[in-house]
Order: sequence, then structure tokens, then C-alpha cells
Amino acid sequence: MMPALLVLAFLGVWEAYARSGAVDELILPAPTQIADALSQDRALLWDNLLVTASEVAVGLLAALALGFGLAVALHFSRTARRAVYPLLVASQALPVVVVAPLLLVWLGFGLGPKVVIIALVSFFPIVVTTLDALRGVDDDLRKLLRTMDATRWQAFRFAELPAAAPAALSGAKIAVAVSVIGAVFAEYAGSSSGLGHLILQAIPQLQTARAYAAVALLAALAVSLFYLFTAAERWLNPRPGGPPS
Amino acid sequence: MRRATDEGGVLMEGVDKSFGALRVLDGVSLHAAAGEVVAVVGPSGCGKSTLLELACGLQAADRGEIRAAPAVLMPQRDSLLPWAGALDNAALPLRLKGQDRTTARAGAHATFEAFGLAGFESSKPHQLSGGMRQRVSFLRTLLAGKPVLCLDEPFGALDALTRQELQAWLAGALTTQPRTVLLVTHDVEEALVLADRVCVLSPRPGSVRATLDVELPRPRSRTDARIVALRERALQELAA
Repeated sequence: MMPALLVLAFLGVWEAYARSGAVDELILPAPTQIADALSQDRALLWDNLLVTASEVAVGLLAALALGFGLAVALHFSRTARRAVYPLLVASQALPVVVVAPLLLVWLGFGLGPKVVIIALVSFFPIVVTTLDALRGVDDDLRKLLRTMDATRWQAFRFAELPAAAPAALSGAKIAVAVSVIGAVFAEYAGSSSGLGHLILQAIPQLQTARAYAAVALLAALAVSLFYLFTAAERWLNPRPGGPPS
Repeated sequence: MRRATDEGGVLMEGVDKSFGALRVLDGVSLHAAAGEVVAVVGPSGCGKSTLLELACGLQAADRGEIRAAPAVLMPQRDSLLPWAGALDNAALPLRLKGQDRTTARAGAHATFEAFGLAGFESSKPHQLSGGMRQRVSFLRTLLAGKPVLCLDEPFGALDALTRQELQAWLAGALTTQPRTVLLVTHDVEEALVLADRVCVLSPRPGSVRATLDVELPRPRSRTDARIVALRERALQELAA
């Protein structure tokens, strides 16, 4: 209820401001104009939403696999942790606009470079939350497992892995917003469809309302994914308050 | 130095243990014959938990001799797996022995019911009361199948009523499933109600101030004159 009221209030102020003539409607369309664009261009927007949503879905799944795998590798090898962790941080400082053309040369204009870019901007929070969960397993539990003759593999299988799985989803939640932005950048760099591509086309054609309609869909995509990951996390670890303490 | 089986018991002779510059245990000697319950009482920070870790082989002594049959630790906090149901938690040691989930659950179930946990098989730890969590935790410890149980303040986090109830329950559980028990507690009464022998430790570095034999029949009442007298002695040793 409260979020709906907040959104309504925000849209009301925006509408009044846009209609007041203080700013050109080609720069900032009013919410009602965006709503018109949403309904008039719905077929176009829907087709492009499907393209971007599948890029983001595949990219985030790739980020989950990559991030989880890396976290496990870093957890098991102190050497890898020392050597690779700083490089992972460095990878996050890579401006996508610089590497995107290179990826296009390597991987073409299809799904490939989008998935790589989305995974690149999304995997890092997954590595961090997963690694923290793997290392955060209760010390008493580790001792108990040792006195029960658990092998290293069994400690992973029965104590670390179940704690790490919801943590990886928690990282994916953090990555959702940036993954959507990553998709837009990837489409800017070279593509013939997707909401990012649509925005890139709409702005020089002075179709600002259509561009904003695409942005609204991107935001809705991010929110849906966020709640999807939240639900999956709850399902894996139904304890209130999240991962084990 | 350790791990020579003392026929199901635990023997420590002149054990020293330091962590860096911190001397934790100073010449501790202690004996628990097979099937005996030996309680260790002492002020907080006197090295009681370290004593249990030495008995379990989680730590090595700096000096002295430790001979102990295979021992399993029940840590102070229950450390149940928060994502697993009560029966799966109890069955964990059976899974660690390589049993599949169905076999392990079946193997744990008879005792699970005998421990008054029937109906809570799939309850997650956060849905259980403190007393029930300790029962599950103790069952898990038992099912490890080790001759020696090292219990670290098993009832420390419980309210007084639940604690007394669980003390009686533990005494009963040990008559049906006899084990050698090292019981660390700061509750002198608990030690006297449950143990065959009580070792009173000094403040850090911990050393044995006194060893009291509790040669009384079970079940014991904490108001029994002999228990009260032993309690006075133990408290005097602790205060000394």
C-alpha cells in the first residue's frame, strides 16, 4: 500500500512539473505521455522486452554459475584467494563501454556478448556473498563435524554448501539492477533488438516518451527479478533473518 | 601422546595448554572410566571448553598425557543446521557414515521418538523450544556412536525449569544408552545430580582444586542432605 502511494505522489509531482512547461517534453515527457507510449507501442515494447529479459536471465544464470564456482574455488584454496580476489575487484572497475566493442569483435552481434557483459557486471557480489557464507560457517559446527569424523568434502556438502546457496542468491539480488544496466550498455554497443536498442533508436527520433516507456519496463524487470531471487532464497533457507549465524 | 584407547574412558595426566602467552590449563589430571559421568566445574574462562577439545582431539596438549577413546563434542550452542528439519539434524552423523538420507532418518527415528520428539520430525530448529533443540542436539551427539561424549554446558542457555527437566531427562537417557561422559558446567548442582565424580577447577590457568566422588544412587534429588553437603564443599573449593 505504502509503495503504491509513494509512486502515485511521485508521478503526480512529475506530471505537474512536466505539464508546467518548465522543461521541454522532448527532454522529460509527462507520466501520462509515457503511459500512452506504453499502450500504443505495446507490441514493439513487448518484443524488445522479451529480448532484453532473456539476455538478463541468461546473463544472471551465467553470473550465478561463475560466481558460485569462483567462490568455492577461492574458499578451498588460500593461494587462489590471495592471487585472484584482487583481480576480481579490478574486473569490476572495467568500463563496459571500453570492452564491449572487443566482445562484439570476438562474439558477434548475437546473445553472446550481452551475456558476457551482464555476467561480468553481475558476478562480483555473488562471489562476495557466497564466499562470506562459506567461510562464515559456525566454528562450533566445524568442531562438531570434525569429532564426527566428517571429511573436508562432507563438511562442504552438509554445512558449507547449504549455507552458501541462499547467499549466492542474495548476491544475485544485489546484482539485479546492475545486470539490467549492463544489458542496456551491451545493446548500445551493438544490437538490432532489445529495450536498450529501442532507447538508442527512440531518442534521436524524438520519441522520448517511448524511451521512457522502455525505461519503465527495465525497472519493472529489475523489480520482478529481485522478488524472484528473494523467493528462491526463502525457499532454500526458510529461517527468518536469512543465512545461519 | 593421545588416542590410545583407554577401554572406552578418558585419562588425562598433568596436561598443560597455552594459546600463545595465555596459559589456559596447568597440570590438569582427570580420569573417567568407561561408563562414568565426570563433571568439570569452574569459573568462566578457566579452560573447561579447552579441556573438552583436548579430550576430543581437536587440540593437542603442550605437555602431559591424554588417553581417550574416540570422543564426540556437543558444543555449548546447539549448532543445529538451521535449514534442516529436526530428524535430519539428528541423523547427520549417520549421513557422515555414508548412509543415504532415507536410511539415516530411519536409523535415527526410533531414538527420536523415545526422546519425546515425535511429531517434530520436519520442524526447523527455529521452530523448536530451547529444550527440544538440546534434545535433538544430544541425540545427534549420541548417534555419532562414539564411546565418549563431551558435553559443553549442554543446558547453559535454558531457563531454570527446563534445565531441571532436561537434567532428569539426560540422566534417564544415559541409563538406556550408557556412555562415558565429560560434562562441563558452571552449575555445581547440575554436576552433583548427574555425575559420578566432580572435578573443581581453579580460575585460569585451570588446575584441579578438588575431586569429589558422588557415590549416591540415582535418581538424585538436589535437596538430598548429602548433595547439599557436597555442594557446600564444591562451592568452598570454587571460592578458595
